[in-house]
Amino acid sequence: MTNKLYDVLIVGSGPAGLTASIYASRYKLSNLVTGVLPGGTITYAHEVENFPGLPGVSGLELGQKMLEHAKSLGGEFLGEKVVEVAKAQSEEGEGFKVVTSGGKEFLAKTLIVATGTERRKLGVPGEEEFLGKGVSYCVTCDANFYKDKVVALVGGSNAACSGAVHLAKICQKVYLIYRRSSLRAEPVWVEEVKRNPKIEVIYETNLVKIEGDLKVRRVVLDKPYQGREELEVEGVFVEIGGVPSSELAEKLEIELDEEGYIKVNELMKTNIPGVFAAGDVTDKSKVLAQAIVACGQGAIAANSVFEYLKGSK
Amino acid sequence: MEKQLTDQNFAEEVLKSEIPVLVDFFAIWCGPCQMMAPVVEEIAQEMEGKVKVGKMNVDENPVTAEKYGIMSIPTLILFKNGEAVKTLVGFRGKEEILREIAE
Repeated sequence: MTNKLYDVLIVGSGPAGLTASIYASRYKLSNLVTGVLPGGTITYAHEVENFPGLPGVSGLELGQKMLEHAKSLGGEFLGEKVVEVAKAQSEEGEGFKVVTSGGKEFLAKTLIVATGTERRKLGVPGEEEFLGKGVSYCVTCDANFYKDKVVALVGGSNAACSGAVHLAKICQKVYLIYRRSSLRAEPVWVEEVKRNPKIEVIYETNLVKIEGDLKVRRVVLDKPYQGREELEVEGVFVEIGGVPSSELAEKLEIELDEEGYIKVNELMKTNIPGVFAAGDVTDKSKVLAQAIVACGQGAIAANSVFEYLKGSK
Repeated sequence: MEKQLTDQNFAEEVLKSEIPVLVDFFAIWCGPCQMMAPVVEEIAQEMEGKVKVGKMNVDENPVTAEKYGIMSIPTLILFKNGEAVKTLVGFRGKEEILREIAE
């Protein structure tokens, strides 16, 4: 086979994967990053207020800067999804073969799996039916379609609270619906939500149904709020975190935890020699699934690849 | 090359088109829309002559966006013989879009 053999192939183009590429390039490791969404899910964030050195940067800009940085150091990027992966022999010993959605094949000595998470869905009737007709998973993208309207947002995380604050600038009213008795976002966000006269928080309540005609008209709650189980809204924003994208990990028989996150040790090693993982897809990220944590893990993973390849020579 | 669509030229360029037209409804404030731009550009090149690809800024062209009930972007709509035959809501990779168009 004439395909180029990469030192490391990084699956996933979010903060973890791109940081791994930056570190790998500085270690003089040839590397390819693959991913359909350059910058990863951080690009959906309206404003990132806690990334050191870049206060108030938009998620889009942060993702783009990371991609440019990775490319400028020699990291290669391919905007395709990895669909197949298997162990393979190369001239230089054990390695991996990867096939992308565009049918391209690549060989690599090591892998870093940084596939992140996919958005968690509510799983309620009406959610799929009204996608794009009132149901949205991206506040930044769609807030402007709800000018002076009443909307609901489900969730209690940083993303949920910052989303509610952003919506409140545009909408008439925002119901923030959360299943627990207190919001789990950073106190700064919680304060901002509570101070905002346009945001009404409904605690310990689940959204169980989305109803409408051509568009969303109302949502149904599992317990009455101010005497009614129905809320008249025209938009439903879902911000309830993610589920790990671990399909590839399953193909390589990488060990996952009970929720589907890849198990890694402090060196970002998985149970398969030569396979490392970083970012939101790892069990270690569950403590704090933030871009800065993913970056840290990406850096460690690249360092571990370097040590691994040094050791195997 | 993608065709820049407006409320004014939409009927001429899309509804009366001889070949299918893929319309990318977007706005500049939307991160995933910007990520979608290079993907749509590649599709325009690959499908040249078979499928026309147009870009519609929903901010500047509210009439068409409203008519097709766009409430989430990016949204791609495939038009055939003046009718919307397929709608894809949210960011998609190139292969997935090509597969959906081919159906």
